[in-house]
Amino acid sequence: MSPISRGFHGRRREPAGDSGRVPPGQYVTEDFPVLSAGPTPHTATADWTFAIRQAGQTSKSWNWQEMRALPAEDVTVDIHCVTRWSKLDTRWQAVSIDTLLAQVDHEASYVLAFCDGGYTTNLPLADVTGGQAWLAYGYGGDALAPEHGGPARLLVPHLYFWKSAKWVRGLELLAEDEPGFWETYGYNMYGDPWREQRYAGD
Amino acid sequence: MDELDGNAIGGLLEEIFGVDMTTATGTCASCGASGPVAEVVVYLCAPGTVARCRVCTAVLMVVVRRGEGSCVDLRGMAALAPAPA
Amino acid sequence: MAGTAVRGRLTWQVATVEAVRDEAPAVRTIELRAPDWAGHQAGQHLDVRLTAEDGYVAERSYSIASAPGEPVAITVERLEDGEVSPYLTEELRAGDEIEIRGPIGGYFVWDDSASGSPLLLAAGGSGVVPLRSILRHRARTGSTVPVRLLYSARSLPDVIYRTELDGYHDGVEVIFTLTRQQPPGWTGRIGRVSDAMLTEIAWPAGDATTAFVCGPTAFVESVAASLVRLGYPPPRVKTERFGGMGET
Repeated sequence: MSPISRGFHGRRREPAGDSGRVPPGQYVTEDFPVLSAGPTPHTATADWTFAIRQAGQTSKSWNWQEMRALPAEDVTVDIHCVTRWSKLDTRWQAVSIDTLLAQVDHEASYVLAFCDGGYTTNLPLADVTGGQAWLAYGYGGDALAPEHGGPARLLVPHLYFWKSAKWVRGLELLAEDEPGFWETYGYNMYGDPWREQRYAGD
Repeated sequence: MDELDGNAIGGLLEEIFGVDMTTATGTCASCGASGPVAEVVVYLCAPGTVARCRVCTAVLMVVVRRGEGSCVDLRGMAALAPAPA
Repeated sequence: MAGTAVRGRLTWQVATVEAVRDEAPAVRTIELRAPDWAGHQAGQHLDVRLTAEDGYVAERSYSIASAPGEPVAITVERLEDGEVSPYLTEELRAGDEIEIRGPIGGYFVWDDSASGSPLLLAAGGSGVVPLRSILRHRARTGSTVPVRLLYSARSLPDVIYRTELDGYHDGVEVIFTLTRQQPPGWTGRIGRVSDAMLTEIAWPAGDATTAFVCGPTAFVESVAASLVRLGYPPPRVKTERFGGMGET
């Protein structure tokens, strides 16, 4: 039994409480911690494209100007990191994934997001449609910084934030679910914070 | 993001392997580079601990803490040999 | 065999704070009493674990500041956004308990293997901590290995262990370089460690010349690369990166 360290509090945090806004096992923070598994990519918007791929081919892609010309929205959401930090009322400027997928014919059931630096994460198609997911290029009114995933990242706030892939460059449409980076190393294939699906088997 | 080196996971690796691993020689399965584990590039601030090859950035090792135990994936290493005693 | 410490797998043990000493603004040495401490080598580190009342746990690693044979001590720099360092440098006091495990690391270790070859130590900011353990160990063993410590700090008040470092004479040269602010009349070096500075200061690369480089990641990478360019074989340039802590 570890002794309590007198006077140690750690980062300012509040536990879940009764508000129903914070999933079990999480703490609320005002910070925006940067968590990464590798070096931060720095892709210029002039070199950036976003592609929807299926069966080894690109079905549709957008360069930066084309993406920015799409209808976009201000999105305010709570986000929940599997490392137990939750941040409330985060503000993003983003294009709905529905808008992007509407331009592609497909029968996919799953997607695998792929990113600069090699990161990947998998999601059911049903979880990136119906107004649940975005391609976010702005945070808090500013351009999304590279350490937070800029030029653009996936934003899927109803799942643990490792699913909101940073530096995203496209979605691979799949018939079967395929584990991405963290899923390969033991994290949950789905990642519902409300059912505390952190690890495989949870 | 803070890039550390294998010294930063000395305790974690000793916990897992039972011996000091900072002097062990690791060989990258991707590019073949080899060197002391102390010199790999380490990212601590993630859902798991990731060690990458300093030469080619391929993932060498991932450690995910789960409850009281740890899951270690070493597929990124072609070899991992403790230093001779 | 009462009182013999058993060197086994790394386990957490409770240590009591004996004393705290301020070394520089926002830098404090914490001297510990750890009955089960098995001893350490110069350059090693230990892990600290803190537990808040609600069960929240934080763990960090700190280089051991004391020499082998001395009571275990760490020197901690308060990081602005830190979670653990503000506690250790401002709140923790004599009588408090913390959990530690160690010693850790066999790579960044100097043990005076009697080769007699010169030793180069390069410190960026708080990277001086494990190098000070090496210097103290060298002094305690009566080693005559020639040593140069190149210590990069923001300003003179930021130099840790200043009095102690000024007190080394026999075969130890300490060279400071101040990167942000110099006192009036400063005749020492100014600015970040560069190829040119190292060309002047580093021992000529010989077969057994060894360098230990410690500090922020950017500092370590820059100095290590310079030393390799100067001919130091990479296996003889030992590195320990403390992460980005800003300019030193």
